[in-house]
Amino acid sequence: MTPTLAIRRALKDILAGSVFIAFGLFFAVVSTTYEVGSPLNMGPGYIPLVLGGILVLLGIIVVAKGLVAGEGETIGTVPWRSAALVVVAVVFFGATVRGLGLVPALFVATLLSAFAGHRAGVIPAVVIAGGLTMLCVLIFVVALQLRVPLIGPWIPV
Amino acid sequence: MDLLGNLGLGLETALRPENLLYCLIGVALGTAVGVLPGIGPTATIAMLLPITFNFEPVSSLIMLAGIYYGAQYGGSTTAILINLPGETSAAVTAIDGHEMAKQGRAGPALATAALGSFFAGTVGTIVLVLFAPPLARVALSFGAPEYFSLVVLGLIASIALARGSLLKALAMIVLGLLLGTVGQDTYTGTPRFTFGVRELFGGINFVSVAVGMFGVAEILRNLEDEQTRTVMVKKVQNLWLTMKEFRSIAAPVLRGTALGSALGILPGGGHILAAFASYSVEKRVSRHPETFGHGAIEGVAAPESANNAAAQTSFIPLLVLGLPAHPVMALMVGAFIIQGITPGPNVITDEPALFWGLIVSMWVGNLFLVLLNLPLIGIWVKMLTIPYRVLFPAIIAFAVIGGFSLGLNAYDVYAIAFFGILGYFLIKLGCEPAPLLLGFVLGPLLEDHLRRAMIISRGDPSVFVTRPISLTLLILALGALVITMLPAIRQKREVVFKEEV
Repeated sequence: MTPTLAIRRALKDILAGSVFIAFGLFFAVVSTTYEVGSPLNMGPGYIPLVLGGILVLLGIIVVAKGLVAGEGETIGTVPWRSAALVVVAVVFFGATVRGLGLVPALFVATLLSAFAGHRAGVIPAVVIAGGLTMLCVLIFVVALQLRVPLIGPWIPV
Repeated sequence: MDLLGNLGLGLETALRPENLLYCLIGVALGTAVGVLPGIGPTATIAMLLPITFNFEPVSSLIMLAGIYYGAQYGGSTTAILINLPGETSAAVTAIDGHEMAKQGRAGPALATAALGSFFAGTVGTIVLVLFAPPLARVALSFGAPEYFSLVVLGLIASIALARGSLLKALAMIVLGLLLGTVGQDTYTGTPRFTFGVRELFGGINFVSVAVGMFGVAEILRNLEDEQTRTVMVKKVQNLWLTMKEFRSIAAPVLRGTALGSALGILPGGGHILAAFASYSVEKRVSRHPETFGHGAIEGVAAPESANNAAAQTSFIPLLVLGLPAHPVMALMVGAFIIQGITPGPNVITDEPALFWGLIVSMWVGNLFLVLLNLPLIGIWVKMLTIPYRVLFPAIIAFAVIGGFSLGLNAYDVYAIAFFGILGYFLIKLGCEPAPLLLGFVLGPLLEDHLRRAMIISRGDPSVFVTRPISLTLLILALGALVITMLPAIRQKREVVFKEEV
C-alpha cells in the first residue's frame, strides 16, 4: 500500500488523535505556569500536567493505531454553511441578549438558525423565528419569570 | 418497620399536588422528546436544568427524573410505529415491534411495551428501595482513597459499555477530566486556564457542555443530509392484549426485568446493553426463534422491560454514591448541586423526604406513563408531523436561553457554540461524547479525592492498594479494562452494538 493510501485510510484516526494531542499539549504547557508541587502536596498545576501528558500519549497511540489498522471510513459531508449559521446564531444571542434584550436577540438567533436548514425560504424562516420568540417569552419570562429585559438598553424606546 | 415508614414519607412527598404536577410535566416532556428524533433526554434535561433553580429541590428532581424514564416510553412508540427509535435503547424494540405494526398489530405491540415497561419500572423501583439504603451505609465508611478508586472504576466501566473505539473513549474521558479542571483551584484559589476571564473562575458550565455536545452537535449531524420524514401511521386499534398474548409475554417480561435491573446498576450504557442482552436471551430460550424479526411479541416485551428496569436502577449509583452511571445521571448530579445538595450516601439520612419522595415519584410516574402512552397515543404520533426545520431552531432557542439563565452569563452561551462544534467534529471522527461528559462531571471529584488521599497518606501512593475496599475497586477497574480489551469480548461487543443500526 502506498503511503498516501495509508494516510487516507487513517484520516479519521489521525485527525482525532491530533485533536487529543493539541488539547493535551495545551493543558500540559499552560499548567506548568501554575505551581506544580509534589505528590504529597499537589499544586494546582499537578493534575492538569499529568492528565495533559496522558492525553498526548493517548493521542499518539490513536494516530499510530490508525496508521497500522485504520477503519477506512470516510468522514462524510460536513454542512459548513449550517454549522457556521448555528454558531453565529448562538454567539449572537450570547453577545446581545443583555444589550438588545431577549426579544430582538432571540428573534435574530432563531432566524439565523432557521436559515441553517435546507431550502429555508425567507418567509417561513421569519414566521418560525417570530413564533418561537413569542413562545419562549411566554414560557421563560411570563411563566418562569426569567429576569431578562424583553427590550434592552441598546434600543432607545 | 422502618422501610414502610420511609415509603410512607415518600408517598406523602410524591403525592403532594405540586409534586404530582411536576412529575406529570416531566414524564409528558420525556415522552415528547423520546418520540421526537433529533432530541433526547440528555439535551432536554440540560436545557431545563437552569430553570429548575427556583423550584423546590424535590420537585425539580422529580421532574428531571421523569424526563429521563419518560423518554424510554416515548422512544418505543416511534420504534414500533415508524421504525425510528427515538432513543438508542428502543432500537431493539423496533426489530419486532415495527414488524408487528406492519402486520396490523401495532395496538398489541404498544400495549406490550407499555405494560412491560410499567411492570419493570415497578420492580426497578422496589430494587431501589431495597438496595439503596444498605449500600449507602457501606458507602458512608468510604474515605478519600475509596472514593478515588470508585470514580476510577466508574469511568473505566463506562467505556467498557460504550460504543466505538475503546482508545478514543479513554481519550475522551481524559479530555473531559481536563476540561473539568478549568476554573479556580479549590485548594489554593489559583484560577486555572481562565486567561483572566472572570466568568470562567467557577469553571466551564456543565449545562453548556451537555447542551453543546448532545443538543447542538446532534442538530449539525441531522443537517448533514436532507431528510424528509414521512409519517405513515394508520389508526392504531385494539390497544389491549388477548389472554394468549398475556401468557406469552409473562416470562419474557420477568426475564427482561431481572436482567435490566441488574445491568442498570453498571456504569455506562447499562439500559442499552440490557435491551440488547434480553433480546438475545429471549431468542435463545424461545421455542420458535425463527419468529424473531418477524413480529415476535416476546421480542418487544423483553427489551422494553429490560430498558425500563435499567432506567430505574441506574439511579442507585447516583443516589447512594453520588456517582453518575451515564450522562443523564451526570446531569442529575448537577441538578442536586444547583439545589445545594451533594449527591451521595448522606442524602438518605440528611434529606429523607427528598430521597424517598423521588423514588416513590418514579413509580407514580410510571403509572402516569401507561395512561399517557396508551389512551393518548394519538397525540404523540401527531407530534411526529412537526417538521425538523421548526424543531431545530426551537432546540437552539431553548439551548441558548437555558445556557444563559443559569448564571446570566454570556460565556455560558459561547461555550454552547464551542462544545457544539467540538462535539460535532469529534463524533464525526468516531469519538462518542458521553465519556467526555462523565469525565467532565467527575473530574473535580477525582482531583479532590486524589489530593486529599495523598495528604492523608503523606504522599504515599500505596494508600490506594493497601486499603482493602480501595484495592478491590481498583482490581475491578483493571479487570473491566482487561476484559474489554480481550479480542473475543471485543468482537462480541462490536456485534452487540452493531445490531442497533
